[in-house]
Amino acid sequence: MSKTYVHAPGFVAGDRPKIVTSRFEFADSYTLERYLATDGYKGLRAALSRPANEIHEDVKSATVLGRGGAGFPAGTKWGLTPQQVWPRYLVVNGDESEPGTYKDRLLMERDPHQLIEGCLIACYAAGLSQCFLYIRGEMAVAQERVVTALNEAYVAGYIGKNILGSKFSVDIILHWGAGAYVVGEETALIESLEGNRGMPRLKPPFFPAANGLYGQPTIVNNVETLANLPWLLTHGVAAYTAIGTKTSPGTRMVAVSGHVKRPGVYEIINGTTTFRDLIYGEEFSGGIRNGNLLKAFVPGGGSAPWFTEDQLDLPFEASQVGPAGSMLGSGAVMVMDETTDIPAAALTLTHFYAHESCGKCTPCREGGTWLERILRRVVEGDGTDADLQQLLEVGAMICPGAFPHAANEKLGLTAVPFPYKMTTICFVGPSAYAPVHSALTLFRSEFEARVKKRVTIPVTAVAGVAANARVSA
Amino acid sequence: MSRLSDTNIKLAHEIIVRYPRPKSALIPLLHLSQEQNGYITREAMQHLGELVGVTSAEVYGTASFYEMFKFEPVGKYLINICGTMSCALMGANELMHHAEKKLGVKAGGTTPDGVFTLAHAECQAACTEAPTLQVNYRYRLRVTPADLDRLIDNLRDGKLNDEFPPHGVLSKVRQSIDATRAVGAKAPEDVNESPAWLDGKAAL
Ligand code: FES
Repeated sequence: MSKTYVHAPGFVAGDRPKIVTSRFEFADSYTLERYLATDGYKGLRAALSRPANEIHEDVKSATVLGRGGAGFPAGTKWGLTPQQVWPRYLVVNGDESEPGTYKDRLLMERDPHQLIEGCLIACYAAGLSQCFLYIRGEMAVAQERVVTALNEAYVAGYIGKNILGSKFSVDIILHWGAGAYVVGEETALIESLEGNRGMPRLKPPFFPAANGLYGQPTIVNNVETLANLPWLLTHGVAAYTAIGTKTSPGTRMVAVSGHVKRPGVYEIINGTTTFRDLIYGEEFSGGIRNGNLLKAFVPGGGSAPWFTEDQLDLPFEASQVGPAGSMLGSGAVMVMDETTDIPAAALTLTHFYAHESCGKCTPCREGGTWLERILRRVVEGDGTDADLQQLLEVGAMICPGAFPHAANEKLGLTAVPFPYKMTTICFVGPSAYAPVHSALTLFRSEFEARVKKRVTIPVTAVAGVAANARVSA
Repeated sequence: MSRLSDTNIKLAHEIIVRYPRPKSALIPLLHLSQEQNGYITREAMQHLGELVGVTSAEVYGTASFYEMFKFEPVGKYLINICGTMSCALMGANELMHHAEKKLGVKAGGTTPDGVFTLAHAECQAACTEAPTLQVNYRYRLRVTPADLDRLIDNLRDGKLNDEFPPHGVLSKVRQSIDATRAVGAKAPEDVNESPAWLDGKAAL
C-alpha cells in the first residue's frame, strides 16, 4: 500500500524495506525525542563498542555505494587516504542541485539526526577528526532542521568531546553554500569550503582522499550515502546485503518527476527495480498522465543521456545502465509524454548547464554557451540546417569521439556505452551536451521540422535586387 | 552602516573559530552580512576581509561567484520561480508569465515599492512537486496561477511574516556549540598525531 504524508511532500511510502526513510511517517521525525524512540543513535553505540577498523571493514563488505552520482563504494573511498597523514576531514555533500534530483533535501529536513549519526560513524571508522556538513544555500528549512538537530546532539553528548563518554571526539560544523551548481562536484565543494570561488580542481593531483581540504586527506560523501550507515550498524552487514543485488545492495532514493500520474520520491530496492516499475507500477508513479504515451525519459538526473520505451525493462543497476548508454547518476527520473516539445525540453537542461558553468575550462565556458544559443535559435524557429550540424560539432569539442546514447529499434540505433571522453575537468560541460545529443539522436525529425526554410540574400546583392537569392535547405 | 554590527561581530568570531583556517568562514559571513543589510555592500566586503584576513578584492572574488549574494538592493521578498526541466514540463513558463503580469515587472525586476523581486531560478530540488517556487528560499509547491496570486497578496498584506523572514535571512536558528563540549578547530599543521580512537580498541 502506497502512502503519502503532508509533512513530507513528494515522499511516497510503500511495502518495501525502509533503510533511510523509516521515520518519515512521523510528523516530528526530525526531533531528537522521536529519533531516540525509534532506534536513534543505536548504530553509533554499536560502532563505538568495536574497534574503528572493524567498522570500516563492515562498510566495505556491505558495498555501500555512493548515492551522489558516481556510485563509488564508500568503504573503498575511505580506504584511499594515505597512511599516517593527519588530520583527515569529512565533508558532507548536501549541495543537492542536479536537475530532477530530490532526496537529500528530504533526508535533511525529515531525519537530520540520521544524517548526523551517519557522519559520526564515518568519522569514527575512517579516523576523520572534523566534519563539515555543507548544505545547499537555497534550502533554508533544511538548514534549520539540521542546525537544530546539531544543537540538540551536542547538548546530549552525541557530538563533540568524548562522545558518549568514550575516547571518540569530533566536531560537526554546519556550513552552507550560496548558490552554485558546480559546487556539488567534490573538489569544487572543497574550494568553496575554503572560502573561494567554487571551481573544480584538476585530478590528479587533487584527489580529495589524498589532497583535499587544506591539502589534507578528505572524504567527501553524499547525504544519502551517510544516512545508510546507522541502519547498517544497527542491523548488520548480512541484513543490509540481503536487500538488493550483490553489486547494488540496499535501497536507494529515486525521484520520478514530469508527466507521470503520481510524481514522487520512492525508496526502492536497489539493482532489481526497473524503470518500467518506477514509471508504470501502481506502487510507484502509476503510468503516464491522461493515459498518454511515453516519449522519452531521463534516467539519472539532467546530465544523463536519455532513454525511451526500449530501455524500460532495465533495472536500477549501474552495470546494466552504463552499457545501455546512460547512467543512474543521482536517482532522478524525468518523464516526458507524447505532448512534449523535445527541442524545448532539451533547451531547459542545456540552459541550466551553460548557466552553471564556472568558466574554468574553455570547452565548457564557450561550448556550453554556444550550444545554448544555437539551440535557442532552433527552438524559436530561427535555426538552419547548418545549426543542427553545428550543435554536434560544438559538442565534439567538449566530448570528442562517440557520445553515449541508447539503442532504438525504430531508428535502427545500437547503444553507445557510457562513459564519454571529455576535454573538461568536471561533468558540467558534457552535461550541457548530453540533452542536445540525446534529443538530436532520438528525435531528429522534430528539430528538422523546427528549422525553417529561409531565404538568404547573398551579401553582394544590392538591396531590393534579390535575383540571386537562394533558398537554403 | 554596512559593517557588521557589534552583535554580529561577536557571531562572526564564533563562526570563524570553528574552522581550521579563517577564510573558510567567508561564505557564512557573507550571509550574515546580507542578513544584516539585505545585500552585500563594498564596505561590508572590506570589513569581512579584515575579519578573515584577506583583501576586499578576494572577498568580492568569492562573493561574485555565488548567485545568492546580491550587490544591489533587492525586494523584501525574492520570488524565485524554477524553470528547469521538471518544472518546465509542468507549466513553469506559464507561471512565470503570470507572475510577470501580476507584479508588473519582468523576471529579474523589482517592484517600484521595493517589496518584490521576481527571478528565474534553476532546479530547487523539489522536482516531483513541480512547478515550484521559493520566497526567500522557502518553498511553495505545485503552484497554480491562483496560488501565486494569493501568495503575493498575502505577502503584501504582511500575513506571512512568520513564515517568510525578509530577504537575507536563511536559517532562523544558529549553530551553538558549548565551550565545554567543543573539540575545537586546529590549523592542519598543528595536528600530527593519529586520532585517539584509532588505537585498535573499541572506543566504548
Ligand atoms: S526542476 Fe524545478 S525543482 Fe527541480
